[in-house]
Amino acid sequence: MNDVHNLWVYLSASPLLHLTLTLIAYQFGEWLSRRTRRHPLCNPVLIAIVVLVAVLKLTDTDYKNYFSGAQFVHFLLGPATVALAIPLYHAYEHIRSSAAAIVVALVSGCLFAALSAIAVGYACGGSMVTLLSLAPKSATTPIAMGVADAIGGSASLTAILVILTGIFGAMLSTWVLDLARVKDNRARGFATGLAAHGIGTAYKLRVNQVAGAFAGLAMGLNGFATAALVPILVHWLRL
Amino acid sequence: MSPLSAFIVLLVCQLIGTAIQQAFALSIPGAVIGMLLLFACLVLRGKHDDGLGKTANLLLRYLPLLFVPAGVGVMNQFGLIAKEWLPITASLVLSLLATIAFTGIVMQVGLRLTDRRSKPKS
Repeated sequence: MNDVHNLWVYLSASPLLHLTLTLIAYQFGEWLSRRTRRHPLCNPVLIAIVVLVAVLKLTDTDYKNYFSGAQFVHFLLGPATVALAIPLYHAYEHIRSSAAAIVVALVSGCLFAALSAIAVGYACGGSMVTLLSLAPKSATTPIAMGVADAIGGSASLTAILVILTGIFGAMLSTWVLDLARVKDNRARGFATGLAAHGIGTAYKLRVNQVAGAFAGLAMGLNGFATAALVPILVHWLRL
Repeated sequence: MSPLSAFIVLLVCQLIGTAIQQAFALSIPGAVIGMLLLFACLVLRGKHDDGLGKTANLLLRYLPLLFVPAGVGVMNQFGLIAKEWLPITASLVLSLLATIAFTGIVMQVGLRLTDRRSKPKS
């Protein structure tokens, strides 16, 4: 028994254990998501986070210790964000042919997303950290986290909020768009991608090809727009 | 381009982006500036290298996995979430629904106008 304890003490202090656990938890989430035919609630990221938090709480491991292993995965977010330039480049033709509509919808949608999140949060008595973590929630996770960090929010709270936004967006977008009488598939996709980033985009891709392409386009562009506009908006609001 | 060269391209873009961010004290993350730089390079060259595309696709395929370590950080935020669950939930859901409807309507009206001006597509 003592040997097992010693082994555990040794392993839990090395980065290897938590790096491996992170990959296994995500693989489990992927498996569950596939088994439920990609049900929006069975999001692999959400499942992995729930499993890992449960394991860390049960083994009384603090986040700092976990992150010393998981940081190797986390580090790749930077180059992956740069890599988003490639799908965006593929959508370049689409951008050029309806540039005016896209720019107007992008800038107004991006500002609307941040302002409405701050306004509703403020009206319900949210603290400053919460408001600043909510502001970039419609952008794709690596960008939203970077922006939250830069404007004084909490990057890890933002990560969860962004994922939940994507899941709700995938679940509710069809209903809202029908209600708002948006019939053009390009507009339906663009709205979902802008508001609910990658998770919404993945969902739209399965429903309709055109909607999916515009969702991916909106997701990429809103990453730029959020990174550029939300810090200015926050500065202007003097938050 | 080999996967290693492609990875170096991505890292160099991020490095330059981070240097620009630090030099001008910008609030835009360095990686986003790096993405802009790479996008600008691709547009200027008018094409992209197959190897770069393959490496980028591999990274982007596992993009969701890369959010997990930061997401687990929520375990340090349970106090904040328990205290502020109402503003968080209300803001999340209401802002999301309003943004989808707003953006959808603006985009639909805008497309109607741009479609009318340009020739019908094949």
